[in-house]
Amino acid sequence: MASVPHLLVHDRKDNVGVVVVEGLEAGTEMLCVVTEDNSDFRMTSKMAVPIGHKIALVDLEVGDTAIKYGQDIGKVVAAVGKGEHVHTHNLKTKRW
Amino acid sequence: MSHHEHHENRHVGRKVWGYRRENGRVGVRNYVAILPVDDISNAACEAVAAHIQGTIALPHAYGRLQFGADLDLHFRTMIGTGANPNVAACIVIGIEPGWTNRIVEGIAKTGKPVAGFWIEGNGDIATIAAASRKAKEFVHWASEQVRVECPLTDLWIAAKCGESDTTTGLASCPTVGNMYDKLIPHGLYGCFGETSELTGAEHLAAARAANDEVRAKFMKTWAAYQTDVIEAHKTSDLSDSQPTKGNIAGGLTTIEEKALGNLEKIGKQVKFIDVLEPAEAPARGNGLYFMDTSSAAAECCTLQAAAGYVLHIFPTGQGNVIGNPIMPVIKVTGNPRTVRLMSEHVDVDVSGVVRREMTIDQAGDALIEMIVRTANGRYTAAEALGHTEFVMTKLYRSA
Repeated sequence: MASVPHLLVHDRKDNVGVVVVEGLEAGTEMLCVVTEDNSDFRMTSKMAVPIGHKIALVDLEVGDTAIKYGQDIGKVVAAVGKGEHVHTHNLKTKRW
Repeated sequence: MSHHEHHENRHVGRKVWGYRRENGRVGVRNYVAILPVDDISNAACEAVAAHIQGTIALPHAYGRLQFGADLDLHFRTMIGTGANPNVAACIVIGIEPGWTNRIVEGIAKTGKPVAGFWIEGNGDIATIAAASRKAKEFVHWASEQVRVECPLTDLWIAAKCGESDTTTGLASCPTVGNMYDKLIPHGLYGCFGETSELTGAEHLAAARAANDEVRAKFMKTWAAYQTDVIEAHKTSDLSDSQPTKGNIAGGLTTIEEKALGNLEKIGKQVKFIDVLEPAEAPARGNGLYFMDTSSAAAECCTLQAAAGYVLHIFPTGQGNVIGNPIMPVIKVTGNPRTVRLMSEHVDVDVSGVVRREMTIDQAGDALIEMIVRTANGRYTAAEALGHTEFVMTKLYRSA
């Protein structure tokens, strides 16, 4: 894999990935790499998303569980489209 | 398997230049510490340290009218700090002789030079004069200690992450885990803590306990924090504190997500063999230990140093700048933006991991190289920048 990925995904079960480049623009055809097995895929970003922030890999509905590391990281509280920014405005902890 | 063994063989048997102390432990620094028993003895300690070159004062806010478990923790932290192998010799100054001598006697069990002084009946000036004379003697003695070759795996190395973001879970925390997987099976002592910050990954942490007894002890400790501290004291949910504002700016959304990244620090294979009270020294031989600590960087590092850890590995995402007065803190980051904006705080740059230019295995090797260099005497970024945060953990209000 010669080129630098835009998005990293920990586990094949995940429904969110992490932006790992600065200045990602809406409409970028992202190179996405799953770190678990080094497989890759392409996906288009729907928004400008800062480095370190998450993007939904599939459409997420209210009440869905966000999965990262193959694990539950919280509940979706506002619908998110594939390619959109996932953060505190649409994802909340199930713990406190 | 052969690939993994190749790397194990490369690091096992490696040596560092350290100070072999009277009790057999290996230190990587050679401080003469001036330790106050209590808040009102800080001024005398700082005066001695200002007067006698080669000493460091460790001022703190506590030590008066504490009782019960909180007082036990105070003594454990004071004695453990003085006993740490990075401290060659120690001066203890308190307001009165009772608690001062208790700390002196605790440190003296290591066999290192230690002397106590108290202020009541003497005043600051006479106390400072007497303590300075003894501190000068200790400095002459300590400055003639020489480094000797010691096995790398004789070191006790703690870890804690801070100002985490999503890159810590992708790069810097797995780098620490890789180091632990390579060195702990061969003699290293490791330590992770941050009780509240395992929330959401506690089931995965529990699964890494060495046996059912340790697992039960871990779950009891984790659950006690939830009920005795969080449920008892919270005024809303903890979403404004844990994750922190810095974590959220870095892209972490929930405590579960933060905890899963945090837990990457313990690697893929190694199991933890005991659960330690705050500042409790490990007593089950080499291996990985969990310590019940705050997730605040300075508190956690101070407790781990008091337990006897001589080096600290600190993965950061957004750029926590923490240091410790007696334990070198090695910063590791995998965030390219932090490397770009805050390079003076970074000892090990593993941002190549998120660009897929560096594997976790290579990042672990790079960290081990920096551990060897730091143990041999290289100043960490935090040391060069003067970060000496010493923060005692207090369990409840004093009497």
